[in-house]
Amino acid sequence: MTTLAVADKTLDQKADHLRPQVEVKNPPISKQVLDGAQALVKGLERQGVEYIWGLSGGAAIPIFDALVTTGTKIKLVLVRHEQGATHIADGYARITGRPGVVLVTSGPGATNTVTGIMTAHMDSVPMVVLTGQTITAMLGKDAFQEADVFGITMPVVKHSYLVKRTNDIPRVIKEAFYIASTGRPGPVLIDIPKDVSSGPCTSDLDPPMDLPGYNPFIPVDKDRVKGIAEALLKSKRPVLLVGHGVLISRAWDQLRRLAETLQAPVTTTLLGKGAFPETHPLSLGMLGMHGTAYANKAMLECDLVMSIGSRFDDRIIGQAPKFCRDAVRIHIDIDAAEINKMIKVHHWCVGDAKEVLEELIKHVRKLDTDAWLNHLDGLKKKFPLKYKKYGGLKMQYILDELDKLTGGNAIVTTDVGQHQMWAAQFMKTVRPDGWLSSGGAGTMGYGFPAAIGAQFAKPHDMVWAVVGDGGFQMTMCELATACVHKLPVKVLVLNNHYLGMVRQWQELFFENRESGVDLEGNPDFAKLAECYPGAKGFTLKRGADIRKILKRAMDYNDGPCVINAEVEKADNVYPMIPAGRAIEDMILEPPKHKLEKPTGST
Amino acid sequence: MTTQVVNPHIAQSTGLHTISVYVANKPGVLARIAQVFARRGYNIESLVVSPAMDGNFSRMTIGLSGSPEGMEQIIKQTSKLIDVLRCTDHTDDNAVVKELALVKVRVGAEQRAEVLQIGEHFGCKTVDLTETSLILQCTGNSEKIDALIGMLGKFRIIELVRTGKVLMARGDGLT
Ligand SMILES: Cc1ncc(C[n+]2csc(CCOP(=O)(O)OP(=O)(O)O)c2C)c(N)n1
Repeated sequence: MTTLAVADKTLDQKADHLRPQVEVKNPPISKQVLDGAQALVKGLERQGVEYIWGLSGGAAIPIFDALVTTGTKIKLVLVRHEQGATHIADGYARITGRPGVVLVTSGPGATNTVTGIMTAHMDSVPMVVLTGQTITAMLGKDAFQEADVFGITMPVVKHSYLVKRTNDIPRVIKEAFYIASTGRPGPVLIDIPKDVSSGPCTSDLDPPMDLPGYNPFIPVDKDRVKGIAEALLKSKRPVLLVGHGVLISRAWDQLRRLAETLQAPVTTTLLGKGAFPETHPLSLGMLGMHGTAYANKAMLECDLVMSIGSRFDDRIIGQAPKFCRDAVRIHIDIDAAEINKMIKVHHWCVGDAKEVLEELIKHVRKLDTDAWLNHLDGLKKKFPLKYKKYGGLKMQYILDELDKLTGGNAIVTTDVGQHQMWAAQFMKTVRPDGWLSSGGAGTMGYGFPAAIGAQFAKPHDMVWAVVGDGGFQMTMCELATACVHKLPVKVLVLNNHYLGMVRQWQELFFENRESGVDLEGNPDFAKLAECYPGAKGFTLKRGADIRKILKRAMDYNDGPCVINAEVEKADNVYPMIPAGRAIEDMILEPPKHKLEKPTGST
Repeated sequence: MTTQVVNPHIAQSTGLHTISVYVANKPGVLARIAQVFARRGYNIESLVVSPAMDGNFSRMTIGLSGSPEGMEQIIKQTSKLIDVLRCTDHTDDNAVVKELALVKVRVGAEQRAEVLQIGEHFGCKTVDLTETSLILQCTGNSEKIDALIGMLGKFRIIELVRTGKVLMARGDGLT
């Protein structure tokens, strides 16, 4: 031991000896020409960027360096995996409405962001991803760590840039933030060759944008809105189907006014949770594949459906031709390409949900819906969400208790799988930023990093990540990130030792043949947490302990904590509309006979 | 004797659409547009890209077939791209549609007169002439070019190059 220490010391001294004796101070930035990377940082500052999440590498070093040399106030957060960076940025963006910023190196660093970019793209989340790239002279020559990330990500970005000239950087940054956060938001990728980030930048830091083909502000067509109002006023059994668009446009007040004025029931998509308080008497909760029976039955019986900021996703509509077949169908969406894409509609209006609803409210009054609401209340009583409290420990029981304990005050993020669907069912989302989940992409590994992003955005709010044992293992390396920044994210691992949702499908549609779903080799997640400095682990095994352990987790705020909840191994999520089937084929409980293989893709 | 060089499907398909796209002249724009089609399983039959009058923009004329619903989606998704200023289906419009073709025909002395006569009838130019072959240049709508090729069918067509359609809206209409 002693010898080692001595040896270390000599090494240190040697290293000291090698260090330059005079302290080199960087000249003040204003007196020198900025290089591209410094101009980039200045551009990010102009956009009001608070945080950058990233992980460095050769091609990105100049940009990481500029975060030091410019003396910027932007905080750099080192993650442990680039996918984590993208989901953290995504969680931050969903909470704040501002683009999350990611900075990674070329090649594998860049490709590791693809899943997170796709996740943001599918759910319309604003994000700016900066990737380092090999020098321009080496482009296309299979240089070390060169990946055509511009090409690789093209199908999953809203827009992207390969910056070829240093002087383009300020304009590109400005355009990227504008594109990412306006219209239907989405991720924008900026690929920056190393010589471009290192070269001198002499252009104006606030240049004009050059986007002749992009015009995201669509004035509300008042005649169309009047047409919609007239259709609404004729309806006796309306349903408002609300999606993420209402949250993105921050139109929850308008939605609530509209629903209450009309006295129309509201159902939300998975991502629309929070747009309308789920504790409200007019709320039907979530619809779709694992939505509430009463929401889905309402879709079958309504005479009018109006989608606001939802894209009629295939997990909502079941079989398109049968969806609300006899009802008047209305669509309000900011993206013209969504109109008539999945469902042919009778009335539509392209525009920002908030503006359209403001206009619509002017033309509507209470509808004659008393009988309809009465009927729906009856359905709520007849087909409640339920679970057994006895027997093995149920995910539903824990989530139900968590809901009662947090009372809608916490931000809840989820991963993907059975736990996600049960969380969606049993956690009543009340606040507009109370629910973050990967909807369109269904990305396992999303929940925990997204919770970190949410906690960065709202340091004083309680953030719960509800994750499966499968998905958590995809991004749990970010425990280190949460520890370093002392983020009190509470991770509830609903550990069924299975890739549960896939096992459910194998049980129901593949004669219970289990293939590749047994997660043997799981660590003890509580112990795992304990080996990170500042993190805490809890184990939950009995129903009687649920409240106690959840409360302990709520009281621990010095860093992240992980609850390893050993839940029942093989339970199934109901209600369920098998993929590709119509809503009327919804099953409410374990089927008595064999189900046909689903025809829908997923 | 006859070599079927033309894909008859192009000219005869009732589902053939001609779409024009006006875009900012920026890197990647063609790839992005091609992707809108490819991702949905469409096969582009013809594509002409060239600089517009203002060098900051380009024009594309795309020929492809598909159902009207499919086409509606394609046009909307293309219009949505950041660098696209407009994307229009001109199939049923009153537009000027032209194509250029070069046809190389194997001809000896005894067939030359007949081939030249056919060329003349279609308003072709003879742009190359050798002892054993000649090249006709033909411009016009696609049907005319199809007809020319049909007539030349009894000779040996060695090579055929068609540009695909280019199109311009008539009068005050925007392409
Ligand atoms: C990255 C990724 N890989 C695979 C899938 C397919 N998939 C959907 S749910 C699921 C099982 C998730 O298991 P777990 O995280 O343990 O959650 P549980 O369903 O058991 O609650 C899988 C594999 C996915 N959605 N994402």
